[in-house]
Amino acid sequence: MSMSAFFIIAVLLLGFLIVFQIAKASEYVAVLKGEKKTFEQNNRINGFLLLAFLILGLVGVYWCNALLKPKILGEAASDHGQKIDQMLYITLIITGIVFVLTQVLLFWFAFKYQYKENRKAFYFPHNNKLELIWTVIPAITLTILVGFGLYYWFKITGDAPKDSLVVEITGKQFAWVYRYPGKDNTFGKKYYKNINEAQSNQLGLLWDDPASHDDIVTTEALYVVKGQPVKLVINSRDVVHDVGLSHFRMKMDAVPGTPTTMWFTPLYTTEEMKQKTNNPNFEYEISCDQMCGKGHYSMKGIIKVVSQSDFILWRAKQKSNYAQAFPEKVPSAATPAPAADSTKSAKPAADSAATAKK
Amino acid sequence: MSNEAILHGSEVSTHEAHHDGHGEHHHHETFISKYVFSMDHKMIAKQFLITGIIWAILGGLMSVLFRLQLGFPDATFPWLENILGHWAKGGKIQPEFYYALVTMHGTVLVFFVLTAGLSGTFANFLIPLQIGARDMASPFMNMLSYWFFFLSSVVMVSSLFIQTGPASGGWTSYPPLSALGDASLGSKTGMDLWLISMALFVVSSLLGGLNYISTILNMRTKGMSMTRLPLTIWALFFTAVLGVLSFPVLLSGFILLLFDRHAGTSFYLSDIFLASTQKALPNEGGSAILYQHLFWFLGHPEVYIILLPAMGMVSEVMSTNARKPIFGYMAMVGSIFAITILAFLVWAHHMFVTGLNPFLGSFFVLLTLLIAVPSAIKVFNWLTTLWRGNIRFTPAMLFAIGFVSLFISGGLTGIWLGNSSLDIHLHDTYFVIAHFHIVMGVASFFGMFCGVYHWFPKMYGRYLNNTMGYIHFWITIVGAYLIFWPMHYEGLAGMPRRYLDYSGWASFNQFGGLNHFISIVSMIVFAVQLLFVFNFFYSIFKGRRVKSENPWGSNTLEWTTPIHPGHGNWVGEIPEVHRWAYDYGKDGREFISQTEPISANESEHH
Repeated sequence: MSMSAFFIIAVLLLGFLIVFQIAKASEYVAVLKGEKKTFEQNNRINGFLLLAFLILGLVGVYWCNALLKPKILGEAASDHGQKIDQMLYITLIITGIVFVLTQVLLFWFAFKYQYKENRKAFYFPHNNKLELIWTVIPAITLTILVGFGLYYWFKITGDAPKDSLVVEITGKQFAWVYRYPGKDNTFGKKYYKNINEAQSNQLGLLWDDPASHDDIVTTEALYVVKGQPVKLVINSRDVVHDVGLSHFRMKMDAVPGTPTTMWFTPLYTTEEMKQKTNNPNFEYEISCDQMCGKGHYSMKGIIKVVSQSDFILWRAKQKSNYAQAFPEKVPSAATPAPAADSTKSAKPAADSAATAKK
Repeated sequence: MSNEAILHGSEVSTHEAHHDGHGEHHHHETFISKYVFSMDHKMIAKQFLITGIIWAILGGLMSVLFRLQLGFPDATFPWLENILGHWAKGGKIQPEFYYALVTMHGTVLVFFVLTAGLSGTFANFLIPLQIGARDMASPFMNMLSYWFFFLSSVVMVSSLFIQTGPASGGWTSYPPLSALGDASLGSKTGMDLWLISMALFVVSSLLGGLNYISTILNMRTKGMSMTRLPLTIWALFFTAVLGVLSFPVLLSGFILLLFDRHAGTSFYLSDIFLASTQKALPNEGGSAILYQHLFWFLGHPEVYIILLPAMGMVSEVMSTNARKPIFGYMAMVGSIFAITILAFLVWAHHMFVTGLNPFLGSFFVLLTLLIAVPSAIKVFNWLTTLWRGNIRFTPAMLFAIGFVSLFISGGLTGIWLGNSSLDIHLHDTYFVIAHFHIVMGVASFFGMFCGVYHWFPKMYGRYLNNTMGYIHFWITIVGAYLIFWPMHYEGLAGMPRRYLDYSGWASFNQFGGLNHFISIVSMIVFAVQLLFVFNFFYSIFKGRRVKSENPWGSNTLEWTTPIHPGHGNWVGEIPEVHRWAYDYGKDGREFISQTEPISANESEHH
């Protein structure tokens, strides 16, 4: 063990010894001084400390807020996120008032009604009126919160709009895989037993299904369009993961065998966020929010929010998974087509793909 | 020696007195039957308490180790490798071990410390003493309850020493991660030992719980109607009911998990391809979410199993030391009852983002937020109990006040998380960690400390050292707030739980300095808990002696027993009860014991 560890242990032991000696000595002093006198003195000190704790605590709460508020993520970057932030502020105001009120009463009462020789405690076993008040008021307040909460909840979890961009996202230990349906706008069938990473089939697409031939599978980033609702179909290949999108305030588990969905509308492109946050390296990150094994903490994905035209350009450049798996069968895939050509041919496909088939 | 003489005076006689305090229970006691396989509820309580303390030190130490990683992600600590070997290669905690630490920290603190250590201790100690019984309904089952817990502890400790390490899938152990050894090192033998240990724990908890319920219902002394019970007993009663009804469901979930692990079943498994083996598993049609339902059907009542005893003890200690009746006794009982019922109806609020049907989710929002009503009643009743009291700040009382403060702080954030729309953003972030550590972890610990400081004189016939108690309280409450309050902000930024290093994340790495601060405070707070442990063991042998039967001027029956009660608790007849437990400050009298008959000229009695 290193010197510093020994040093820390030595300091700790010494600290213990000192505290113990003081504590022990105070016990002897108490006996010599008289138990009653010591008790009264201790009571006064602790009564004062309770009041000090209340005041310093409230100052601390204010100070902590001033210090840390700039570090939380700023404005929500999706429409749903904005709703969640509104809900958050409503809840903050209501619970904040209750917090200050009850904490002040607690510590103030403790201080004010501390032991005094001549004080008689007030025999007050119950009072139906008071009890009714503090049953009914919380009940009403909570009804308000439940009302707001469910209003937003159903807006957020309701069906995705028909013009949503549908993207499939699949979690695996410890990365994210994204799939776009391709020109036919239909996801090809897949079966997990067909997964074969050596043969470039990470998701187990069934090549017998022609719909799978134009599906785009990528691990680079999840490209979505500013202002267009995006619906994520969420899968897992192994254990439970979770698609956590803190800037969009969204989250949904990825459960093997049971696909889940969530949708939202991004409000700012990645470029716009770079300017808004004054951070040239800004990225929308996907964090895995469900414990998934030793690489959980590093399971990161990137979402690129781009304009409609940039999205079409990006899409046109992507090779289908089929073309990657069987380069010999799709000759065009071997050498990328000239950019002008590819945009031209991809355009109608992109338009149709942007609209999900219901 | 002269100092000792000052402290203990000429007080040999009281110490001797307890030897003839056995009443009708005269039988020869050997070391084994008195201290090891004891059937005396008081000794079993102490066994639970001391085992709980040892577990708390271990569980706390684990948190210090992973806070070391979180606070100093770039540093290396070569001495860690000396202790932990390949788990801390090059002085850095390895990811597998980090996850094992958080998993064990959660399991140990939730089950072994705050369930067995808290309920096990105080249900055993207080139920017979406060209801006026000589022992539990079945002292033998009670003994088994402890030894099953002990066995469970041995299995859990042994899992720390195996090659592949202990379970590491989080204290919730969600499958498929926990079902597949190829998905994680900790899901190999460590997970089997975890499941076996937890199964033994469930047996222990059921044996104890059934005993507590039957004792309270059947063995109350003459005059002790249910509405005259101290609130501690009501709380322990509902705690036991919760445990008896929900632990078996957890066990069933574990058994299915064992089948999935070893018998080739597919209860929780479907469509799995493991990257580590590059193989697809044959299992199809299972639901990973089923486990979460079974788990949280216990998991949520579990937080009340932890919290209710603390609430009961806080009510008792607060009333005693405010020298004033607990305000709204019936409302207090009613709110514990309401919490017990609701506890069974809210489990899916842990699952809002699992793909649960949103319509179903909305019912769980409603029921979850309903819990805030009985909780609010309790808080306001505690506040009113303090109002116009004549308060003595014993260490127990300070911990009771601290409990209420923490319960308010952590309870209010429950209103955030229980609302599903907010939970979407806050789920599995540091906000959740802050919430449950404050309301369940630290608050229940405060309840436990409150109980230990208050009933230590009854347990050992000596006092804990007051000065150390005050130091313990003040550093712990300040430290707890410093640790957990700022975590809310990390959670608001969406910072996920169970990451060992945030430096690779543009969204979360702004909290490096804060994590550093939190880690340092948590180590200080841990050191102060060791001071308490020292105080505890030192005072068992060397503490100031208790000189009167009723040192706190309390109304309840345990203070009518001899200073060192023998097996059987009362010498001669068990006293009869004539009133409720909270006649403090009535008719100008400081306290009136439950055993005192109502006098003719007493003002309207309760």
